[in-house]
Amino acid sequence: MEHIRTTKVEQVKLLDRFSTNNKSLTGTLYLTATHLLFIDSHQKETWILHHHIASVEKLALTTSGCPLVIQCKNFRIVHFIVPRERDCHDIYNSLLQLSKQAKYEDLYAFSYNPKQNDSERLQGWQLIDLAEEYKRMGVPNSNWQLSDANREYKICETYPRELYVPRIASKPIIVGSSKFRSKGRFPVLSYYHQDKEAAICRCSQPLSGFSARCLEDEHLLQAISKANPVNRYMYVMDTRPKHRMQSWWDTQKDIGRIIVRISSKIWSDERITESDEKKRLNAMANRAAGKGYENEDNYSNIRFQFVGIENIHVMRSSLQKLLEVNGTKGLSVNDFYSGLESSGWLRHIKAVMDAAIFLAKAIMVENASVLVHCSDGWDRTSQVCSLGSLLLDSYYRTVKGFMVLIEKDWIAFGHKFSERCGHLDGDPKEVSPVFTQFLECVWHLTEQFPQAFEFNEAFLLQIHEHIHSCQFGNFLGNCQKEREELKLKEKTYSLWPFLLDDLKKYLNPIYNSQSQRFTVLEPSTVSFNFKFWRNMYHQFDRTLHPRQSVFNIIMNMNEQNKQLEKDIKELESKIKQCKNKQTDDILTKELLHSIHPESPTLKSSLCFKEQTLLPVNDALRTIEGSNPTDNRYSDYAEEFSKAEPAVVSLEYGVARMTC
Amino acid sequence: MRGRGGKEKLFSDRNINLQVRLCCPRRNNRTTQEPTFQYDFPWLASFRVPALPPGVVLGEQPLPPGVPSGSGLEAGPKAASPFYPGCSGGGGDCEARGPSWSWLTRTCGRHTQTWPSHSPKPRSSLGQRRCPPQPGAGPGFPPRSPPLRPAQRWVICSSAAVTSSRCRGSAVPWFLPLGGMEFAELIKTPRVDNVVLHRPFYPAVEGTLCLTGHHLILSSRQDNTEELWLLHSNIDAIDKRFVGSLGTVIIKCKDFRIIQLDIPGMEECLNIASSIETSEWRLSYVNKEFAVCPSYPPIVVVPKSIDDEALRKVATFRHGGRFPVLSYYHKKNGMVIMRSGQPLSGTNGRRCKEDEKLINATLRAGKRGYIIDTRSLNVAQQARAKGGGFEQEAHYPQWRRIHKSIERYHILQESLIKLVEACNDQTHNMDRWLSKLEASNWLTHIKEILTTACLAAQCIDREGASILIHGTEGTDSTLQVTSLAQIILEPRSRTIRGFEALIEREWLQAGHPFQQRCAQSAYCNIKQKWEAPVFLLFLDCVWQILRQFPCSFEFNENFLIMLFEHAYASQFGTFLGNNESERCKLKLQQKTMSLWSWVNRPSELSKFTNPLFEANALVIWPSVAPQSLQLWEGIFLRWNRSSRYLDEAYEEMVNIIEYNKELQAKVNILRRQLAELETEGGPQESP
Repeated sequence: MEHIRTTKVEQVKLLDRFSTNNKSLTGTLYLTATHLLFIDSHQKETWILHHHIASVEKLALTTSGCPLVIQCKNFRIVHFIVPRERDCHDIYNSLLQLSKQAKYEDLYAFSYNPKQNDSERLQGWQLIDLAEEYKRMGVPNSNWQLSDANREYKICETYPRELYVPRIASKPIIVGSSKFRSKGRFPVLSYYHQDKEAAICRCSQPLSGFSARCLEDEHLLQAISKANPVNRYMYVMDTRPKHRMQSWWDTQKDIGRIIVRISSKIWSDERITESDEKKRLNAMANRAAGKGYENEDNYSNIRFQFVGIENIHVMRSSLQKLLEVNGTKGLSVNDFYSGLESSGWLRHIKAVMDAAIFLAKAIMVENASVLVHCSDGWDRTSQVCSLGSLLLDSYYRTVKGFMVLIEKDWIAFGHKFSERCGHLDGDPKEVSPVFTQFLECVWHLTEQFPQAFEFNEAFLLQIHEHIHSCQFGNFLGNCQKEREELKLKEKTYSLWPFLLDDLKKYLNPIYNSQSQRFTVLEPSTVSFNFKFWRNMYHQFDRTLHPRQSVFNIIMNMNEQNKQLEKDIKELESKIKQCKNKQTDDILTKELLHSIHPESPTLKSSLCFKEQTLLPVNDALRTIEGSNPTDNRYSDYAEEFSKAEPAVVSLEYGVARMTC
Repeated sequence: MRGRGGKEKLFSDRNINLQVRLCCPRRNNRTTQEPTFQYDFPWLASFRVPALPPGVVLGEQPLPPGVPSGSGLEAGPKAASPFYPGCSGGGGDCEARGPSWSWLTRTCGRHTQTWPSHSPKPRSSLGQRRCPPQPGAGPGFPPRSPPLRPAQRWVICSSAAVTSSRCRGSAVPWFLPLGGMEFAELIKTPRVDNVVLHRPFYPAVEGTLCLTGHHLILSSRQDNTEELWLLHSNIDAIDKRFVGSLGTVIIKCKDFRIIQLDIPGMEECLNIASSIETSEWRLSYVNKEFAVCPSYPPIVVVPKSIDDEALRKVATFRHGGRFPVLSYYHKKNGMVIMRSGQPLSGTNGRRCKEDEKLINATLRAGKRGYIIDTRSLNVAQQARAKGGGFEQEAHYPQWRRIHKSIERYHILQESLIKLVEACNDQTHNMDRWLSKLEASNWLTHIKEILTTACLAAQCIDREGASILIHGTEGTDSTLQVTSLAQIILEPRSRTIRGFEALIEREWLQAGHPFQQRCAQSAYCNIKQKWEAPVFLLFLDCVWQILRQFPCSFEFNENFLIMLFEHAYASQFGTFLGNNESERCKLKLQQKTMSLWSWVNRPSELSKFTNPLFEANALVIWPSVAPQSLQLWEGIFLRWNRSSRYLDEAYEEMVNIIEYNKELQAKVNILRRQLAELETEGGPQESP
C-alpha cells in the first residue's frame, strides 16, 4: 500500500484511557493494509480496522514520546505514545490516508476474502428476500399491489425497484405524487398489519416552494386510507419537532400541515384531547397569520401528527457531547449525569421511542393506517417505521426477522449508510448516528422485555460494528441503485450469513417465542426506564463492566443443557445396547440385571466420582480479582502505584483452586 | 461440578470428632465454621416465643405453629429439649446457658450433630491408641494460667452478659487467629490429611495433622512410627509458603528445632497457620457492664499487649469512649482493620500515650499503617473546636492519615428524600428526571463510600498495611467503610451466614444507632437531625458490588431488600435499640425473636439464595466509575413500575440453572449405570 510509510514501531505505549497516573502497556505497533495492530508484552492483541477510525489526533510532544489519540466509530478510544516523533508522524499520516478512502473500490469489502466460492456468496446475498417478506406480511392482496413504476429507478432513485402501493392508485397518480414529494419519495407501503388490515407507509416531505395543492398526492393518500377497510381515518406523522417546522414555514412558505402536535404524554387520552384542542387553536392562529397552511378539507379523513425527533445535526452533536463527557478522566457522578442531561442523548432516544409507540398504538388501538415522513424520509422515517414494526410484529424480534427489518426499512428504502457512517471521505455534516439510535432503542426494548427478543445485546453490538467496518457489502452505498452500480453482490459478501454462522453467540437464552403476550410490545416511556447504554459506548473499556456476566453464564448453561440432553440420549441408548447384549449373552442373569441398575448397595459401593462434563463455565468464571488501580479509586494516592505481582499470583492460585 | 465443589468448600462438613474429644466442653467446634454465636442456633431462637416488654408494642408477632404465646423461653416442640437441658423458664437464662455449653452442636450444611458432654464421645483411632495427658479434657489436667480456662471464662462472661440479657460472643470474629492454646474454639481446620513432615536427618513422614487446644499432632497412623506432639507454646515463629495449591508451613520452635509441614490445600494451610500463630490479639471484657463505652458490646478484641486499664484510659480520649478495636483481620497477610471514634485532641492538641501505644501495637516492626478519616480535612479541623479532632502525625509517626469525605446525617437524609421524590415523579421529561437524579446526590454518596471502602481494602490487600478508620463518632460512615472493605476482601462475608455475621458484628454490635437513624424514612415531614439512611447506603453499595460480581454472592438482591425493610420496620427484635447496652436493657433477647432465626429457615433462605453463586476466594474490586454505578431499581423503582417481565425473565433464568443441575445429575446417574453394566458385562464377555 502506498500510504503505509512504516509498518512496525516498537516500544509503543498504550495508555489506559481513564487512568490519571498514566498506567500503560508497552508493546509493538504494526500497520497493515487493513488494520492497525498493537501487541502488548502479554501478547494480547488489539486490532483496529482502518475504517473504524473516526479521527486521529497527534498531541504535543512529551518527554516520553509523541502521543497519538485514535477515536473509533465503535467508541473505542486508544491513546498511544510513540517514542520517536518521526514514527508517530508517519503513522499519523498513514492512518489519515487509510481511514478516509475516496473511492468505494478502496474499501475493505472489496478486498475481503473469506474463502467462499461464488455460489456461496450468492446464496449469502439471497438469504434475505424482501419479496418473500412482503408475502409474509400478506401483500399483494386485494387492497395492495406491487407497482412497477420504479422498476428502472425512473421515479425515485433512492427507492428500491419493487414498491407496494394501494391497488386503486394508478401510475399517473404515483408519478404526480412523486413530483410533489422531495426526492420523488412518494408514499409507499413499509409494513402491512395483516390482522388489523392497517398499513405503515412512508414518504418524504412535500416539496418546498410548491404553493398549490397537489391533487395526485391527495388522491394517493386517499387511496391509502381506503386500502384500510376498517378505519377510513389515517394518520400522517411528521416526525420533525413542531418548533423547527414553524421556523421552516416562515422561510419556505411551504404547504404546511395542520399541526396536531403530539406531546410525549400521548398515551393519556385525556391529555391528548386537551392538547389537541390547544394545537388546533395554534394551527388556526398560524393560518390566520398567513403561513400557508393547506386546508384540512383537501386531505379528508386525515389527522396530522407531529412527533419531535431532532435532525441529524442535532443528533450528531448530541452524541459528540455524550462521548466528551464519558471520556473525562476522574468523572464525578454529578458531572456524568449533568453531561448526560445536557447532551440530550437519552431525550432523543426517548423521542424516537415515543414516535414508534404512537405508531404502534395507532394501528393496534385505532386500526388506522399511518403515513410517516420527515424531511427526506430516510432517517427519522426509517427509525420510526422500523421500530414501530418491531413493536407490532414478533417476527422482527427474531434473528432472521431483525435482519429482514434492517434490509427492508433501512437498506432498501435508502438510508444513506455510507454518508451517515462516513465510509468515504465526504461531508462530515452528513455523518450522524441515526442507525445507532435505532439499535439503542431496540436495546432499551430488550431491557424492558428480556424474553421478547431472540437475539441478545451482542448481536446489536456486532451489527453496529459492521455498519462501520466496510467489511461486508450490505451497508455500502446510499441506496439500492448505487449498490447495483457498485456490483456489490458480485464483488463483496453479505454480512448476514456470517452472523448466522455464529448464531450461538447472539441468541438470547431466555427468549420465549411462545408467549402470546409478546405479540405487541407496549414499553413504558417514563424517563427512568431510559438508561445509559454502557456496553455500547464503553464497549472496550473493560474495567467499567461487571466482572461476571450473568448473561454469558446463562447462555453457556443453555448450550450445555442442549449438550447434556444429547448425552442423556446417547447414554440411554448405550445402556439399552448394553442391557440387550447382556440379556442375549447370559439369559440366566437377566433377572439380576433388571434389578441391579437401581440397587443401592451397588451405588454406595462404587466409588463414583462425578465427572466434569463440559468445561463450559471455566473461562467465564475465572473470576477476576481485577486490579484496584483499574477501578478509579487509586487516583489519589500515588505511592500506591507499586507493583504487587506476588500477591496477585497468589490470588489467582486461589482462584484456580476454588472456582 | 465446579459449583458444587466450591460450595462444599465453604460449608464442608469437616471431621471434627477429634476436636470434640480433645477439647470439650468448649464450644470450639461451633466456631470452627459458624461465624457468630447468635445464629448458630437459629432453630433455638425459633422456638422462643417473643414476649412484649410492658408498654412496647411491636405489632404482629409471627409465632411458630403450636407454640403458646407469651410463655417466655418455654419451648413448644419437643425438639427444643436437647438443646436446653435443664431449661425451664424465661428467668433461667443463666442456668440454661451454663449447661448448654455441655452439649456440642454443629451445623454443617444439612447435618447437625449433637453430643451431650456426658455421653461417650466419638473417638478417633489416633487418640485411642496413644493417650498422653489429654490437654484440656481430662479431669486431672491442671488448668493453665490464667487460672480460668477460656470455656469457663466464657461462661462467666456470658452470665454477666446474660444478666444484661444478650449473651453473644460475636465479638470474636471467626476470621481472627487467637493463638491455639487459649482459644481452641477458634481452630478453623482441626484436621488435615496427607500432610508431609520434613525434619533434618529423618525421612519425611506423611500423616494426619491434628490441632488440639494445646498441641499440634502429626500421626502417620501406623503403629511403628512415632507421632509428633508439639506444644503450641513451643512455637516461636512460623513461615508460610505456597507452590500452587501446596502450602508449606515452617515452624521454628523455642527449643531451636525447625520442622517443615507440607499441607495440601491453600485454605487448610492458611487456617492451620493462623491457628498456631502466636496471636497478637485478645478478647477484652473491659466493657462488660457497658461502663467504658456504652455503644460497644461487652466483649471486644484488642491488641494483646494492651491491658484493660490502658483501654479505660484510651476510652476517655476517644469520642463516645470508642477506643480502637479490631474490626477485621486479613488472614492472608495478617493486616487488620481497626475502628474507633475520633480522638478528643481538641484545640490544644491533647494527646494520650496509651492511645498511641495501642494503635502502634497493631503494627509489626518497621511497618506503616494508614488512618482513614472519613471526614474531609476541613471538617476534621473544625471538629477540634468542639473537642474532637484527628491524630497528629507527629504523635503517630508510623501512621499516615488519609482524609476522605463521606457525608453524614441530614445531608444523607435529604439526599434520600430527593431521590425518592424523583423516582416517584412519573415524568416523561427526560431532562427533569436526569437533573433530579443528579440533584439528589445519592449516587455521589454511593461512589464516595465505595471509593473509601476500596481504598481501605487496597491498603490491606495491596499495600500490606493495617488501617484505623474513624469519623466523628465512629458509628456511621466508619461502619460503612469497615463492612464494605470486608465484603471486598473476605469471601466469607459474601455468603448468607457471613453477611449476617457481618451485619451483627459491624452494625449491631458495633453500635450503629438503628433506632435513631431508621426512625423515619423519606416521606415523613418531621425531620430529626439524627435520621440518616446510613444502613440503606451500605446496602446499596453492597448491591452495586453484587451487580458487578453477580456470581460471587450467596445471597441475592431480595436479601438486601429484606434487610432494608427490617431495619426500618420489623416484627423482630434484631434492629431495635441503638446499641448492645440498650438491647440488653430492653431484654430483647428474651422478649423478641431474632430476625436471623426466621431468615435462616430453609423455606425463607431459598428466596434469598443466589442461584448463580460460586464461591470466589478472590478479593473483588468493584468499579466506582459513574458509568458503572446504577440506581438500585429494586428499592427505588419498586413501586413505580411493573417488574413483571423482569421477574419472569429471572424465573426463566433460575429454571435454566435448575434444569442444568437436573440434567447433570441425570447424566451422572446414567454414566454410573453404564459403568456398572460395563464392569459387569466386561468379564462375562472375555471368557
